[in-house]
Amino acid sequence: MSKTRAKDERSPVADRMLRVLLPIAMLALGVVLWELVVRVGDIPPYVLPGPHLVFSTLISDWAVLGASLFVTLTTTLEGFLLAAAGGVGLAVLFNQSRLIEYSLYPYAVILQVTPVVAIAPLLLIYLPQQAAVLACAWIVAFFPVLANTTLGLRSVDHNLTDLFRLYGATRRQVLWELKLPAALPYILGGLKIAGGLSLIGAVVAEIAAGSAGAGSGLAYRIVESGYRLNIPRMFAALLLLSVAGIMIFFALSFVSHLLLRRWHESAIVREV
Amino acid sequence: MPVYPSKSSAPVVALNSVGKTFANGVVALARLDLDVRPGEFVSLLGPSGCGKSTALRIIAGLSEPTSGTVEWLEAEAASAGPRRLGFVFQEPTLMPWATVAANVRLPLKLAGLEPSAQARVDAALARVGLSGFAQSYPRELSGGMKMRTSIARALVTEPKLLLMDEPFAALDEITRFRLNNDLLALWRSLGKTVVFVTHSVFESVYLSQRIVVMTRRPGRVFAELAIDAPYPRDERFRTSADYVGYCRHVSEALASASDATDQR
Repeated sequence: MSKTRAKDERSPVADRMLRVLLPIAMLALGVVLWELVVRVGDIPPYVLPGPHLVFSTLISDWAVLGASLFVTLTTTLEGFLLAAAGGVGLAVLFNQSRLIEYSLYPYAVILQVTPVVAIAPLLLIYLPQQAAVLACAWIVAFFPVLANTTLGLRSVDHNLTDLFRLYGATRRQVLWELKLPAALPYILGGLKIAGGLSLIGAVVAEIAAGSAGAGSGLAYRIVESGYRLNIPRMFAALLLLSVAGIMIFFALSFVSHLLLRRWHESAIVREV
Repeated sequence: MPVYPSKSSAPVVALNSVGKTFANGVVALARLDLDVRPGEFVSLLGPSGCGKSTALRIIAGLSEPTSGTVEWLEAEAASAGPRRLGFVFQEPTLMPWATVAANVRLPLKLAGLEPSAQARVDAALARVGLSGFAQSYPRELSGGMKMRTSIARALVTEPKLLLMDEPFAALDEITRFRLNNDLLALWRSLGKTVVFVTHSVFESVYLSQRIVVMTRRPGRVFAELAIDAPYPRDERFRTSADYVGYCRHVSEALASASDATDQR
């Protein structure tokens, strides 16, 4: 019994340190192993560059890679904002009108389940390149926002709905004062997924566009470097994409925490 | 068994032979007659699922009767827009994303009375003893404090009629007794009409002037009992022989009410 007590009483600070330090230690270990394997095995950089070479490539090629990162991030951000607006907007529209929901929801699902890699080349035929890339980012990212918001808008406490009815609330008041705040945790959950997905959408579209012979985003750099057997730059670009994805995730988690910390169970640290 | 003497004053609201059948075929109420008189504290007492909550929702206009009528006093009907009534649910039913003050302000906000709201919100919070918690969030409050917030919200529009649906059922006994006392004090100082739904014999006797005992589903009135003990009622009343006597009467009525339906 004293054993379990000791375990329970491990301080939250120590726990948090472990949660940060352990992944970093794993990363360091991985990088060192990688470098060792490359050096000991004398593997040529066009087969597998070591982390040191990848990192120095990242710095020496920053002019190209930084510009490409900016292009990809811009697309991702635009796609994300459109997905957020479109997802929440459509969900609200569906919530207000059953007829519209019945008419359109199946097509939202179809858009979601059709692989975006297959849609991208078609979009590139009909749309200007930038618009096509953006459309791909949007298609991939909007559905989780739509699905989560729809669920959230329906998850309102029935008694609160009654209360609003009792006091003669208008549809508009019910939407703004009740449904949207109640749906907020769900919307934020959807946005967290959409952030990562809009990056994926942008990358997929850039690769499709790249093979069509245009583009300057990070994904295009990867394809281009592949053709030129510039493997270190491929890794450097991939590293940037990963970091971008991680930053997006943390940024959205932070926003979510700020908005929910006072009231939602998910954001509250329990005292045990 | 003392039966409540009919008073001369017209009822605030009267349910006449009200029936309610839900879409799934459940008959919740059958020929329910109920008069609520101005200023009285009346309890609807019955076993769980006897339709007392349904009756309360019908009075509130949250549910439509499938047969019978609901009649309002002339003066009440005039202000029937959002009717001048307050409703306290079994759960506190607070918006978790809003502060205590914002929760209490809600009815005024929905009615477009925002500008004059602050003073009324403060007054309502003071009445339930929550002045210091205006900026707290519901999750930071105890169960009793949440229920007080809910009562403050029901009082903020200064309704003449207060409908309460087993508001204290989920609270511990000490909190419940305290809120019972506070509710009686509010009722006496504000002069409201209260319709109180409960399944507790002890609670109904302690609080009410009149107890309407309902039968098992489909609910109808089985008996009306007057509790003539004078107010203010306090812990002395709760431990008195009178109180025990009333409780026995009411318990017997409740038992017969349950049997009455079983034989049908």
